[in-house]
Amino acid sequence: MDFKGSDTIPGPRTEDHLPQTAQAAVKIVIVGGFGVGKTTMVGSVSEIRPLTTEETMTQAGIGVDDNYGSETKTATTVAMDFGRISITDQLVLYLFGTPGQERFWFLWNGLFEGALGAVVLIDTRRLEVSFDVIGRLEERGVPFVVAVNSFPDAPRYPIDDLRTALDLPKEIPIIECDARRRASSRDVLMTLMHFLHSLATAKANA
Amino acid sequence: MTPPQRRRRFAKEQPRLTPLATEGSGGTEGKDGKEGDTKAPERLYVVAGPDGQRADLDLVTLVVAGADPPPSATPEQSAILRLCTAPLSVAELSAYLNLPFSVVTVLLTEMLTAELVQARAPIVRQATLPDRSLLEAVMHGLQRL
Repeated sequence: MDFKGSDTIPGPRTEDHLPQTAQAAVKIVIVGGFGVGKTTMVGSVSEIRPLTTEETMTQAGIGVDDNYGSETKTATTVAMDFGRISITDQLVLYLFGTPGQERFWFLWNGLFEGALGAVVLIDTRRLEVSFDVIGRLEERGVPFVVAVNSFPDAPRYPIDDLRTALDLPKEIPIIECDARRRASSRDVLMTLMHFLHSLATAKANA
Repeated sequence: MTPPQRRRRFAKEQPRLTPLATEGSGGTEGKDGKEGDTKAPERLYVVAGPDGQRADLDLVTLVVAGADPPPSATPEQSAILRLCTAPLSVAELSAYLNLPFSVVTVLLTEMLTAELVQARAPIVRQATLPDRSLLEAVMHGLQRL
């Protein structure tokens, strides 16, 4: 295999190296439609410049039987942006931003497996793109919170109206945020962690 | 102006994520999380092809070099060994190498077998919720952000 330029593969900058003591990592997934601000949110809290990991899916075309050749296959590349936050010298948190469209769901098994939880990022101008994502998370039993990325020209709805529109039980937090701001994005992650903690507490007391 | 209304896929589905319904949600999560779930999409390594066994590597498994590149190392192996002199996640390796996640897991499986690298296991959410002390550690870390 030709591995052109292997000597010049850029690695992490020296200041981006994790300490040797780093033992384990956890992950949180940020889901939402295109342009909703996933990468912006990842970038605003990440300690490293957001990176992109890819997966290639080969999809057999429809009617392969009568057209048995390579042209019946299409390769789809799915990219995920991610960032990193060092929690302690031992523990690292990774944030993955993943598209919510149905054709990307094949990736989700590996992604949500073991994730602490998810943030559903929504844009009130295109609320309906989040419906399938929310249903999917519910089916898979992934705990999540909803963050409304407040675009200046987006319609503003009372949280109660959004809760009704998204058909979410009152326990699931819905918060407004500005994904460009680190403090605001951090608050979203904190809301998720508090929610997970309350779920864990309720379970322990059950 | 009212927002569009989400319709649940299954009418009158029991809410699964309410804290009060932990018994039910815990059981459901356990079932859904298993690989045997017939509704679940194929896992990545199934999609990627029926080749050999692969190590159980997560996107956030931390990999660290265990040896200098041997003379027999392939260019990819040498590149991985250079990258993970300090611990690095599989996702980061995939990003820096510009190779798909599934390809990196194949490379790493060989290297784990050859003991060129070591993998530090990720903390995964079990069938139930994560440990509260872990959540508290993450919260504490986020607060300092």
